[in-house]
Amino acid sequence: MRFRIYRYDPEQDAKPRLQEYDIALDPHDRMLLDALIRLKSVDDSLSFRRSCREGVCGSDAMNINGRNGLACTTNLKTLAEPVELRPLPGLPVVRDLIVDMSQFFKQYHSIKPYLVNDEPPPERERLQSPGERERLDGLYECILCACCSTACPSFWWNPDKFVGPAGLLNAYRFIADSRDRDLNDRLDNLEDPYRLFRCHSIMNCVDVCPKGLNPTRAIGNIKTMIVKRAV
Amino acid sequence: MVSKLPVRRFDALIIGAGGAGMRASLQLAEAGLSVAVLSKVFPTRSHTVAAQGGIGASLGNMSEDHWLWHMYDTIKGSDWLGDQDAIEYMCKMAPQVVYELEHFGMPFDRNPDGTIYQRPFGGHSANFGEKAIQRACAAADRTGHAMLHTLYQRNVRARTQFFVEWMALDLIRDADGEVLGVTALEMETGDVMILEAKVTMFATGGAGRIFAASTNAFINTGDGLGMAARAGVPLQDMEFWQFHPTGVAGAGVLITEGVRGEGGILLNSQGERFMERYAPNLKDLASRDVVSRSMDQEIKEGRGCGPNRDYVLLKLDHLGPEVINKRLPSIREIAIKFANVDPIREPIPVVPTIHYMMGGIPTNVHGQVVLPQGSDPAAVLPGLYAVGECACVSVHGANRLGTNSLLDLLVFGRSAGNHVVGQNLTAQSHKPLPKDAGELSLARLARLDAATSGESVAQVASDLRKSMQSHCGVFRNQQLLAAGVQKVLELEARSQRTAISDRSRIFNTARVEALELDNLVETAKATIFSAEARRESRGAQARSDYPARDDANWLNHTLWYRDGNRLAYKPVNLKPMSVDSFPPKARTY
Repeated sequence: MRFRIYRYDPEQDAKPRLQEYDIALDPHDRMLLDALIRLKSVDDSLSFRRSCREGVCGSDAMNINGRNGLACTTNLKTLAEPVELRPLPGLPVVRDLIVDMSQFFKQYHSIKPYLVNDEPPPERERLQSPGERERLDGLYECILCACCSTACPSFWWNPDKFVGPAGLLNAYRFIADSRDRDLNDRLDNLEDPYRLFRCHSIMNCVDVCPKGLNPTRAIGNIKTMIVKRAV
Repeated sequence: MVSKLPVRRFDALIIGAGGAGMRASLQLAEAGLSVAVLSKVFPTRSHTVAAQGGIGASLGNMSEDHWLWHMYDTIKGSDWLGDQDAIEYMCKMAPQVVYELEHFGMPFDRNPDGTIYQRPFGGHSANFGEKAIQRACAAADRTGHAMLHTLYQRNVRARTQFFVEWMALDLIRDADGEVLGVTALEMETGDVMILEAKVTMFATGGAGRIFAASTNAFINTGDGLGMAARAGVPLQDMEFWQFHPTGVAGAGVLITEGVRGEGGILLNSQGERFMERYAPNLKDLASRDVVSRSMDQEIKEGRGCGPNRDYVLLKLDHLGPEVINKRLPSIREIAIKFANVDPIREPIPVVPTIHYMMGGIPTNVHGQVVLPQGSDPAAVLPGLYAVGECACVSVHGANRLGTNSLLDLLVFGRSAGNHVVGQNLTAQSHKPLPKDAGELSLARLARLDAATSGESVAQVASDLRKSMQSHCGVFRNQQLLAAGVQKVLELEARSQRTAISDRSRIFNTARVEALELDNLVETAKATIFSAEARRESRGAQARSDYPARDDANWLNHTLWYRDGNRLAYKPVNLKPMSVDSFPPKARTY
């Protein structure tokens, strides 16, 4: 199988280059990550992140034939050759397919990504009805892989100001939680021309999310709540 | 030598940011200690994220339950190798740590009355083995993901200081044996540093990557075990490795026991629900060692499925799309992606797959590392703690019950954190570093830097995994194990002659993998030497040449020392803290 992979080592390369690889795969090589590991056994300088290899840790997000996705859950059969692999767009490249995710996590941290409830907890669990709990479905499953935010033009232009789809999805995860007591502060924190309202519903995020989540809908819900609060 | 490496100082150092490390760091950060948490990956990428089924706790939300029943099930599951004081401690604490986690924001599934939903799980029973019970507190089939993210979020709130993509290399011990910190590699820059601390806590997780077919993530390379072994700390009960009954055949990806908890069943090539023969009472929900052996037996006797008759089928279509989509959505996703089957319509091909290491660094219930000294079989090693899968308290003994690993992380992460807080570290000063601090790590790195030719790390690691898989599998015997010992020793020698071609300092993953190989080798040696020496069958150690459990001679914990591959033994603690002992008896499900 043929690959064309973005290579850049700041210690040796003046600028990035695309390196061609042609490698015979094993019948057991099912996913793109299997192929990358086979390539690395031949060229150990090829650098990428990986861990769980089952789509739940979020390590191996990359740009695959022009589209963000996880290498470990991308079936090789779905890929046209040569398979072109690039780092996630819009973030500084550390090396090869490894990007610096500081900006992405900074935005995630900015939304107070934790439950706020200062009432003394009961001795047992706080009660939550199945219906209330269902409101968290499609939100809590985010794996922070950054496929969505780095597919978003608004995040490319303003990564320092726009929270981005992943951060906003997680913001709504806490807004939607019946146990959380921080609604007003959470909305205040987002009521800003950039932080929330840079989202123009382009929906690239929905298109690429490897977990099938819908950040655009979550963002729309937050916008509605802010508008409603104002009237 | 000391002056060669930069030094940074902390009160406490936690190596690993999975469930155990982050439950511990929460206690320390909230107490205002200066704590550094090191992790090879961003915290939410730690392998706790892959746990699926649930957290065991006798909340009694579904029907009457007691921690004593949970304790009995855990002891029986451990095949009586677990220490009963530690098991009592864990099962008693279980409801409290689950409620705390819920208060932190964990999105547990709910019952109509608003309480936490609990599902049945293997080996968990009501009234001392009478019938299956619903004890596993679940967030769909993403319990580990939900828990890891919740703990990370709570640590963000507590302003815990994380060192992300740092790999700890070696322990630093002084002449008295006290642990004073670690050497560590910052992956992005390639810088090596000494991180000095009054307390060092290992929370480095498992090492399933010593086997070829494993549910474990690539990062599970036994780094804490390797560091401990190289620093002269023994490893306990390393022969006991759990095969999870349901890994996707060929891919190794985990399919939670929660599938069987929700009503899924295992079938052989004749369409027979064979577990009814092996475990008439709990059937498909017998403990994991029993189910894995039964599956292997079916395959051996020619009743496996597929063109090579080398797997069995996990059938769940009878649960209906609603239950599957609500309770087991990720399983459906995994089956479609990795097995090409939609479990709503077709069964999933599964095989027993390496999943969990029951052994580890010996500790007490406070997470303090203990080792024999003089007449004391469990003297505290000053300065070192271990929690989670890398530790051996021992609550899992010879076989862990499903849901008890997440519980272990919460209970002992918390108790170790509290114990460290109780040390009043801020009032103490750092002890002087020994003159040779960092030398071992620098020598390991220097060897790699100097090696211009040699075998590839990937090749040696792959051969190691293949050897462990074929010599230390579900069924073991003397001949296999003795040959395995030789192979692993040869692989150890080969691992010292590897070379890498990547010369960059920046995010050099080839160098990281070479350093990980050293840890895999230590783990493999501990495993195969311990397994070879134990001449009985107990829990996950099944020997066809010694098919029976032998309490007269082997009701002991194994301790493996790297130096000369020496083995020592210490008695199992059969005495709980407050209740009567559960004496060993025949184990049937």
